[in-house]
Amino acid sequence: MRIIIAGDGKVGSTLTRQLVAEGHDITLIDAKAEVLEVSEERYDIMAVQGNCASMATLKRAGVEEAELLIVMTGADEVNLLCCTIAHGMNPNLHTIARIRNPEYKDQIYQMRHLFGLSMVINPEGQAAIEMERLIKYPGFLKRDTFAKGKVEIVELRIKEDSKLCNVSLYELTNIVKCKILVCAVLRNSKAVIPDGNFVLQAGDRIFVTASTRELTVFLKNMGIITHKAKRVLLCGGGRLSYYLSKLLVQDGIQVEIIEQNQDRCMDLANQLPDVTVVHGDASNEFLLEGEGLGECDALVTLTGVDEMNLFISLIGSNAGVPQIITKLGRLSNNNILEKISVGSTISPKDLCCNDIVRYVRAIRNQNGAAQAVNVIADGQAEAIEFLVDENTKHCEEPLKKLKLKKNIRVAGINRHNSFEIPNGDSFYRKGDAVIIVTGRDEVIYQLNDIFLP
Amino acid sequence: MNYRMMGKFISRILAVEAVFMIPALLISIFHAESESVFGFLTSIVITLATALLLYLVCRKARKGFYAREGLVCVGISWIVMSLLGCLPFYFSGEIPRFVDALFETVSGFTTTGASILPEVETLSMGNLYWRSFTHWLGGMGVLVFVLAIGRGREKSDGYTMHLLRAESPGPKVEKLVPRMKDSAKILYFIYVFLTILNVVFLLFGGMPLFDALCTAFGTAGTGGFGIKNDSIAGYSPYLQNVCTVFMLLFGVNFSCYYMLAIRQVKNVWKDEELRFYLGTVFASILLIAWNVRGMYGTLGETVRHAAFQVASIMTTTGFATTDFDLWPSFSKAILLGLMIVGACAGSTGGGFKCGRTLLLIKSLRRNVRQILHPRKVQVVRVNGQMVTERVLDNTNAYLAAYAFIIVFSFIVISIDGFTPMTNFSAVLACFNNIGPGLESVGPTCNFADYGLLSKSLLIVDMLAGRLEIFPILILFSRSTWSGK
Repeated sequence: MRIIIAGDGKVGSTLTRQLVAEGHDITLIDAKAEVLEVSEERYDIMAVQGNCASMATLKRAGVEEAELLIVMTGADEVNLLCCTIAHGMNPNLHTIARIRNPEYKDQIYQMRHLFGLSMVINPEGQAAIEMERLIKYPGFLKRDTFAKGKVEIVELRIKEDSKLCNVSLYELTNIVKCKILVCAVLRNSKAVIPDGNFVLQAGDRIFVTASTRELTVFLKNMGIITHKAKRVLLCGGGRLSYYLSKLLVQDGIQVEIIEQNQDRCMDLANQLPDVTVVHGDASNEFLLEGEGLGECDALVTLTGVDEMNLFISLIGSNAGVPQIITKLGRLSNNNILEKISVGSTISPKDLCCNDIVRYVRAIRNQNGAAQAVNVIADGQAEAIEFLVDENTKHCEEPLKKLKLKKNIRVAGINRHNSFEIPNGDSFYRKGDAVIIVTGRDEVIYQLNDIFLP
Repeated sequence: MNYRMMGKFISRILAVEAVFMIPALLISIFHAESESVFGFLTSIVITLATALLLYLVCRKARKGFYAREGLVCVGISWIVMSLLGCLPFYFSGEIPRFVDALFETVSGFTTTGASILPEVETLSMGNLYWRSFTHWLGGMGVLVFVLAIGRGREKSDGYTMHLLRAESPGPKVEKLVPRMKDSAKILYFIYVFLTILNVVFLLFGGMPLFDALCTAFGTAGTGGFGIKNDSIAGYSPYLQNVCTVFMLLFGVNFSCYYMLAIRQVKNVWKDEELRFYLGTVFASILLIAWNVRGMYGTLGETVRHAAFQVASIMTTTGFATTDFDLWPSFSKAILLGLMIVGACAGSTGGGFKCGRTLLLIKSLRRNVRQILHPRKVQVVRVNGQMVTERVLDNTNAYLAAYAFIIVFSFIVISIDGFTPMTNFSAVLACFNNIGPGLESVGPTCNFADYGLLSKSLLIVDMLAGRLEIFPILILFSRSTWSGK
């Protein structure tokens, strides 16, 4: 598929890598020639230098033949203008624009047809939703939901004193006494799709599929104490802080924001009357302690500088904060971060890439397209949700008889609101939602792609 | 430096080369030329064995391929390709000295067309075919071919860009479509299509098939190896005119044809480099036709010879229909000028390239204006697009390297004692990949009398000219080989 990506920034280049690997023809537009040069040398793409909202540039990038335009420049207004113009030049074009300003968010979604938009992406808004989920149900490093929120894949780290240490997956059910499935393991920065003989070790990061109900049981039996967060401290008062505070306040959680810029503090205090806004430098240990770092249930670091976030998270972890969430913008190499305890890391750009990738696969495959695509295990594995329809092969056949490709696992079947962890005798039928975990050796566009030819 | 990755590329190139030797072998078998059959068989075996050995050694290459690797890889692969490509001439005993065989092959691959053979017609059919075919292969570049037929497009990385940049001529190399493999395929499709068209037109004029193929190869690659002692002079005026037209066509930037194919006629018409190229061609034809009037019988014949020679020199092909060494000084001076300017960027032709000349003229004009109007901010624009200062700097650096190499080579080959004009035109003819020069290396003469040192230097010049200097120059730099 021919895809134009305008704005070769953090998200733009992450998307480029992903979409090139999936076999799409990418044309990048950016105003800066130097940025484009780097991308051109790294990926097999074409680069066009210019203003993406101008017709001439769009024309040079081949907008008339393209199928999808993804606009990720720094300015919302430019993104909108670019999509509107491109849609005018090619009415069949799908367009995705990033809109980050909270003031625009809702109105643009409502008027998206007026602007020729197919999809609006708001990375900060999405990251806020993700963080809220983590704070509401602590104990996990990361959680992704499927089947309209009924099924989850959560990430856990096996500590040395854990009950799961040196346990093979066969014995797992006896220990945790609930129905869960370990669908992927990240060991020494390498993702493995494990089978029953696989033995868990300390230091592994495991990805567990379970229904939301079973998850609570799992946590209890594992001895992970979860108490509802009552007080959350946010460092940095950007857009993400705003979105997150709004969500947390709705949940009845006490929120405090520390922000350095006086004017921004005033804005936040005005927009969020239920939130305590503190003016000060969040990297100052005394300030943090004075604001009750020791007593808060969760610390979320959301400043614009990754290094600063990591540093504040380390302070928090030293002070014994039970839950820490670190936002990463530029850095996303989690391998290195594993060695220091900064809690969960969330990268808004990866989240919005997931959504766009799902959208791209859906265009390519109108029927039987994935309902959700979530990249897990540091980008080395993927959990995909499909709906079983009349075209799906091997309906109602037991899974043990199916020949699946290497590194692919059926991680869950959801039927009429009841979730089943599949075993060899399980089967799926039309109308079920099936969750597939794959090692990303190849792209799975539809459910039938998982079978050996 | 990622030697294994380079080895893998070179092994593929050699495999392609060996496969392309097979038609020549078949022709030799068909004509029962036992020496050249032996020559080709041994060469194919040696080339394939080398390719296999390289592949086995370099199979497990790690990733990581950067600008430096790209340049070095292109430089080395052309050298290796020439070393193995000259084996058929050497083993069949038709060119007994190795340096001569190498000179002839490098001259072929670099589409120069300079020969050391006093009597071309004594060569066997197989070797004649291979000699002309090297032009065709070298014209668009073997690496581009390997990229076009290479492995799946999904797995390709950005590094292939380095290879295309290093092998394709021009100040600013860009892909036609997002995927490298598709771009390479499009280029080769245009190339093959135009070559077939050329063969058809030649056959239509009554040229035998073998002659038509060899002539078309020489024209397409803008090479210039003839299969007759008198080059194209012996053929009918129609065939000469066909050659003129096709030489000019192959001297045009291939992206123009792509734009024509996707119906962007306006962009082609407005292309400044194309206008500069055609303008220079027509002006030169007029001036030379006026200058040589009276030397030929009719006006038509005068214009035909003038047009042919201008097309041949400007596109750096090097065919000849008449001995232009006998022309008046003014015409010879124009031809020398055309030798330097060369064809368009992104074509199969050599030389300094019209695009670069245009850039230099524009930046010179800007600098002159700057003197008159020091505070004026001026940008250089080509085709309505601003040219970055970096491209201008690179062009200036290229000019410097270009000039130094010419002066250096001119001085060195003067050891052999020919006249300055001979030596100067010999360097220009080799470095710009043209072929014939003036006086003792004129269209009716050859390079056989130069000594070993001069021939070796001219071989390097030809390679440097074809690959636009830096891939060859970088091989002589110590910093290329030191460090990791």
